[in-house]
Amino acid sequence: MGKLNAKPCMSEDINVKKLLTMGTALAGLAFSVAGAMAADIKPAVLYDLGGRFDKSFNEAAYTGAEKFKEDNGVEYRDFEIQNDSQREQALRNFAKRGMSPIVAIGFSQANAVEKVAKEFPDLQFAIVDMVVDLPNVRSILFKEQEGSYVVGMLAAMASETGKVGFVGGMDIPLISKFACGYKQGVKSVNADAEIFENMTGTTGAAWNDPVKGGELAKSQFDRGADVVYHAAGGTGIGVLQAAADAGKLGIGVDSNQNALHPGSVLTSMLKRVDIAVYQAFEDAQNDTWSSGFEVLGLKEGGVDWALDDHNAELVNDEMKAAVELASQKIISGEIEVHDYMSDQSCPF
Amino acid sequence: MFEVLILTLDSTVRLSTPLLLACLAGLYSERSGVVDIGLEGKMLGAAFGAGAVAYITANAWLGLMAGIAVSVALGLLHGFASITNRGNQIVSGVAINFLAAGLTALLGQTWFQQGGRTPSLPDGGRFKDVVWPFAEQIREVPFIGPLYGELISGHNLLVYSAFLAVPLTWWVLFRSRFGLRLRAVGESPAAVDTAGISVTWLRYRAVIACGILCGFAGAYLSIAQGSGFGVNMTAGKGFIALAALIFAKWRPASAMFACLLFGFLDAVSIRMQGQEIPGIGEIPVQFFQALPYILTVILLAGFIGKAIPPKAAGIPYLKERS
Repeated sequence: MGKLNAKPCMSEDINVKKLLTMGTALAGLAFSVAGAMAADIKPAVLYDLGGRFDKSFNEAAYTGAEKFKEDNGVEYRDFEIQNDSQREQALRNFAKRGMSPIVAIGFSQANAVEKVAKEFPDLQFAIVDMVVDLPNVRSILFKEQEGSYVVGMLAAMASETGKVGFVGGMDIPLISKFACGYKQGVKSVNADAEIFENMTGTTGAAWNDPVKGGELAKSQFDRGADVVYHAAGGTGIGVLQAAADAGKLGIGVDSNQNALHPGSVLTSMLKRVDIAVYQAFEDAQNDTWSSGFEVLGLKEGGVDWALDDHNAELVNDEMKAAVELASQKIISGEIEVHDYMSDQSCPF
Repeated sequence: MFEVLILTLDSTVRLSTPLLLACLAGLYSERSGVVDIGLEGKMLGAAFGAGAVAYITANAWLGLMAGIAVSVALGLLHGFASITNRGNQIVSGVAINFLAAGLTALLGQTWFQQGGRTPSLPDGGRFKDVVWPFAEQIREVPFIGPLYGELISGHNLLVYSAFLAVPLTWWVLFRSRFGLRLRAVGESPAAVDTAGISVTWLRYRAVIACGILCGFAGAYLSIAQGSGFGVNMTAGKGFIALAALIFAKWRPASAMFACLLFGFLDAVSIRMQGQEIPGIGEIPVQFFQALPYILTVILLAGFIGKAIPPKAAGIPYLKERS
């Protein structure tokens, strides 16, 4: 399994001096300005409610788009929505300008993508985390359960109390998919382990409520948990903070969050939205665009776990070996990780 | 069971602190006859100011100062519109809410470029939990141990100051000369004016006191409970504090209990989520999320009796009719 290096956080090198001299450009403009188009594609990214810098899901998409820009010199546009009604507007805006491919991040964009993609059949669309069955839409899905299984194993091995926690964002099947894979992974190591599972809320606001996330994590610590895994976007910042404050371990999600609290983040379940975005841009540029489904799991490198300098001391060789072995078994099909979405229930 | 109760109460204390601070802030303002619907905005502004300054300086105290400064400035703006210029206090308060919501996100994005969020705070930028002496040693003692170790010890400084502000506010309002005048100006400003005391100056002082407490509330959210400012992180707490104030009939001690009740409901909703309750089974998350609001409606509808605001609340004072 390929180990991934920590991606540098764009945000952390801001110093005071720079701060004071900044102050124009991005301001209230959510559109980042597109300069001259180097190639003939005009890609665009539409983020979900968590926002571009949620240090997690959306930020992974941003990282992918930025990397493509760096590698190929192709400018892209992006937009952060402030509320649900902006999804369609933003997509249509991109489409009217002839942007293509347009990558929509998040399952909530499905309706909007379906509508707009029908109106602009000549443009290429992609959606992450949801299926939109149209000839010009690429639906990118991830096997989150596989990555979650792996970090679940790590959690169970790192836990001293035999109790671990999970904090989800919005209470939807997708997040239960994370939870279910995680539980299976935990139980595979320690069949008697107790797992606390909490969801932050039932609306989009649940992706961006660090205070509530922190409270949920604290309530799990109080009940004896000592490792908490979050799949909650921006809310997870509070979860990881609470873990660091309490001297417990957190597990990050989507992006590599190990560096947020070095020594307190056991690992991160990587969901390579960045690769998916990069791939979509690249395929469009090379004229190898394909619509339809794309399911990325451990095998395809779509999900993974993060090991870098920040958590090297937390993961010992024994844990590493166990996880590598399990990963191989998952890839070969020997271990089947249950997909919550397949039957809307979790047997664990 | 006792353990669960203590831990829930512990969480209650953490969650009700910002409500309590904002509620006491509103108490000063409204007792002086200035209705303040802008508590939310002032808290939000303070949370941003505190988060930004604490990040840059890595000093929680400077963060707190900045939060108070922002909040007082917004309070003075409210005062200028509604005391000096005798504008409508509700309109001015709403304007402050909008101003704070928009400005914090805008400035946050411009300065830190993280979608309006301030970066996570460095060490020293936050108020850390204070562990009281012997908390660890007596933890094993039944009853007293957890009560002292969990509930009383182990909160941050702002939590303690919030609860100390309750008796202080009571003393100021009901035992000091300033408090007597403050209450008088909320009931009958003309009488205060006749006695040769400046209504305007009194109300300004009330608005400043309100700003200071809102500053504490906002700073608590971003640099004590949380670590950094997040867009719209007050999430309606200012309005809940306002409801608690009406609930408490504008009295400090009752305000504390009202805030603790709301905090408790919040804590229960977090703790009971996904837990089996004996005899009933698992209760859906949505029920607990709605519970605080349901109870608020029920309690407000019938159980607290008539809540009578200060007589002159909301009415700008005109020295003489011409």
